[in-house]
Amino acid sequence: MKYEVVMGLETHAELDTESKLFCGCSTKFGSEPNTQTCPVCLGLPGVLPVMNKKAFEHSLKAALSLSCEISEFTNFDRKSYYYPDLPKNYQTSQNYFNIGNNGYVDIVVKGKEKRIDIHNVHLEEEAGKLVHPETSGANYSLVDFNRAGVPLLEIVTQPDMRSVEEVESYMQTLRNILLYIGVSDCKMQEGSLRFEASISLREEGSNVLGNRVEIKNLNSMKAVLKVIAYEISRQSSLLDKGEDVLMETRLWDDVDSVSRRMRSKEEAHDYRYFPEPDLVPVWIDQEWIDETRTTIPELPVSKRQRFVNEYTISDYDAGILTDDKLLADYFEECVGLSQDSPKELSNWIINDVLRELNERKTNVQDFIVSPKMLVDLVKIKPAIGSSIAKDVFVEMINTGKTAPSIVKEKSLTQMGDVSELNDIVAKVIDENPKAAEDYGKGKKSALTFLIGQTMKVTKGKANPKILTEIFKEKLSAGSK
Amino acid sequence: MLSHELSANQIKEKIIKREITAQEVIEELFEWINLKEPLIKAYLCLDRDGAFLKAKEVDKKLDNGDKVGLLAGVPVALKDNICTVDIKTTCASKILEDFIPPYDAFVVKRIKEEDAIIIGKTNLDEFAMGSSNENSAFHVTRNPWNTDCIPGGSGGGSAAAVTADTVFMALGSDTGGSVRQPSAFCGNVGCKPTYGRVSRYGLVAFASSLDQIGSVTKDVYDAALLLQVVSGHDGFDSTSATVGVPDYISDINNVDGNLKIGVPKEFFGEGLNSEVGSAVMNALEIYKKNGAELIDLSLPHCGYAVATYYIIATAEASSNLARYDGVRYGHRSQLSEDNIIDMYSRVRAEGFGSEVKRRILLGNYVLSSGFYEDYYLKASKVRNLIRNDFEDAFKKVDCIISPTCPTPAFRIGEKITDPLQMYLSDIYTIPANLVGIPGISVPCGFTNTGLPIGMQILGKHFDERKILKVAKLFENGTDFHLKKPELN
Repeated sequence: MKYEVVMGLETHAELDTESKLFCGCSTKFGSEPNTQTCPVCLGLPGVLPVMNKKAFEHSLKAALSLSCEISEFTNFDRKSYYYPDLPKNYQTSQNYFNIGNNGYVDIVVKGKEKRIDIHNVHLEEEAGKLVHPETSGANYSLVDFNRAGVPLLEIVTQPDMRSVEEVESYMQTLRNILLYIGVSDCKMQEGSLRFEASISLREEGSNVLGNRVEIKNLNSMKAVLKVIAYEISRQSSLLDKGEDVLMETRLWDDVDSVSRRMRSKEEAHDYRYFPEPDLVPVWIDQEWIDETRTTIPELPVSKRQRFVNEYTISDYDAGILTDDKLLADYFEECVGLSQDSPKELSNWIINDVLRELNERKTNVQDFIVSPKMLVDLVKIKPAIGSSIAKDVFVEMINTGKTAPSIVKEKSLTQMGDVSELNDIVAKVIDENPKAAEDYGKGKKSALTFLIGQTMKVTKGKANPKILTEIFKEKLSAGSK
Repeated sequence: MLSHELSANQIKEKIIKREITAQEVIEELFEWINLKEPLIKAYLCLDRDGAFLKAKEVDKKLDNGDKVGLLAGVPVALKDNICTVDIKTTCASKILEDFIPPYDAFVVKRIKEEDAIIIGKTNLDEFAMGSSNENSAFHVTRNPWNTDCIPGGSGGGSAAAVTADTVFMALGSDTGGSVRQPSAFCGNVGCKPTYGRVSRYGLVAFASSLDQIGSVTKDVYDAALLLQVVSGHDGFDSTSATVGVPDYISDINNVDGNLKIGVPKEFFGEGLNSEVGSAVMNALEIYKKNGAELIDLSLPHCGYAVATYYIIATAEASSNLARYDGVRYGHRSQLSEDNIIDMYSRVRAEGFGSEVKRRILLGNYVLSSGFYEDYYLKASKVRNLIRNDFEDAFKKVDCIISPTCPTPAFRIGEKITDPLQMYLSDIYTIPANLVGIPGISVPCGFTNTGLPIGMQILGKHFDERKILKVAKLFENGTDFHLKKPELN
């Protein structure tokens, strides 16, 4: 049977703030366990939370960037469940009055745009981390509360996604937005960005939703994509056999690449939400919203569209350039310096700059070749030819020198003088009669050989285009 | 007069005038404590060494002619749910039996800054849940007026200590009457300020939207003095008000203009002990003689106050007490644990007493899915109606006077098996917590058997100044507050 897969995603993004959500402790990643704690984030008796304004503003900015309706009145709620990494055994979160509701994210899959609806965006606190000893038979576990209380943004979609590609595009688009607006570093290896997926299958054409399975513990986009593939096959084989898919929560095991039952619907937590009495409600007025809006930069989707229109580059290329805000900025800085060649600059960035960045595992901000340097290289290229330009680019990276100074130092300017080249070509033909003859018999590769020989003589300075023309002319004339 | 019989302000004046040293006060006080504490058992912990250390510091300041604080040398006791650095804070619960906080509560910092001397931590019903002190996990405090009787709750320890002169003043917490009710039962002055007036930072939470730190003192002047010190905004408590704190002390004897006193009929109805009722009526007559106008009032929704309170308070408590799980601090079971649920169950089964368990269960019930709207949400709505009642009333009157409690102190064991009867003991004090307004209980008479009777004065939000003045007016014309129990 053919099934349609229905998916929704919950995303947790740690917000980029100096201090935790309710106390002054640092949020720095990777410190010694329990060195960034205080009575408040340890949940000692008698302590009270005080809201981190920056975290709230970040959340508001994110909600606006995700086109949410902003609640005038927002409040916090306690979500109760027992777990040793949760100091108070309740998480201060939002349930009844979220910061943002009814937003959307536009994604592009295979050139087609699709809107994914956002159910809500809300702010909550992070839990600590359990550390289980590796020695077998150990009868204890350790808890590190450094992360407890770090501000966490939760973004919940409607079950709008229908394919692995859509989920992938949504995750990338969302991550990109969060990076663009600077509210989270989205470092998945540090747990700054995590996902929970809900997946159900239904017969194609059906309007009834199938039983939903929720998957927790997805710490990378790769894991999300793997779990979807896994669940689609698991659930469809159950349905094919005429069995029911159980409504349950499963955990993804990245090592064994399987999902395992965590709890059934009957065992689901009753979180006993109620308004957090230790915090006061936050009223968001229009002025605050307007002010926040001015801090939101152009978002990736509109930037991509603008690049296509303004610079007449392909949508695909625009997509690559806008995938990273810093790269997009780099591109625009280049174009600002030299308006006549956006397409060529885009090619250089996508083919050469990106390759170097990947090899060097660095970002464009720290890249030695500045936009000005790249523009200078592109400007000087007609005089040196493409292949030398590539060499100069490598030289620029290695030495930090500009293209004009490298070209001057090594006297790399191309020979374009036809009469001078004519003499050299004649000499090469004389010295390689066999190759000349082969070409006359129709062996095309002989021409490549001859051009190579000429390049050797000219130390690569000959313009290959002009060279080809001269050879063709001379050799065809000779065969006559 | 022996030094411990003086009021806090009197002893402070003597110390400042160098008629007695702070160390002598502490010495004499501890002698008295040694004699009387075994009869009353008001304290859970005494800090003799700390007290002497601080007394020495105060004396030294005075020797050097340095400026001293508003509570210079005054011995103060703290209810044992207020966190004190390096001194155990148990909440009278086994679950925190050995808990030593690494920080001082806001109010503790404030009184230390004003040179008060902390004597010790007083007994309470476990986690401030109770009206008799019988829910303490450690022992029952006795009422100094009759040691067969309870001192009230939850702050019975503080009230009994002040009455027995084993301390000069004390801080407590009032969630449904825990400062005012024991003060009424023990014959001293108990004041619960407006919600938000005093920071809750460091007060171990029972019900966050109702908890308020308050004062237990020998007279109204001392209440003004202590409130002056602990009131004000605190950046560590989001619910702490930014409203300015007026001077409570300097013109406490001047009641401005014609005083209009509201007398709500709902507080004088069924269940009110006749001796208590007539003592309060007599008090109202005294006000009338002093030129006050008595205005009959109705607060129609107050009949639902106790029910509303026990939904909101238990809901918040069930969540506030969730952190006591044995993971980071507090009681840990000696029995073996098979898994984490096992561990939680044992820690909490062994660590909490039965009243605390009852309230956690109730609270979890009213918050559970499907019941939230019927209980918690409905209770929140009723709470608003009660608030409206008071707002309407305060358009007509300056303050409202009622009995503090429907009965005088009852006997130990009398109500412990009947929680509902016990809960009704707070019927007149609970509305102020639900509404967040200030209230003060002052002694206004005695029963035939010699038990004190308390009168409650309620004021508008942040109008502590007014109710202190109204209380002082009564006190100036009476001597109930000066009576001392015979302690043998």
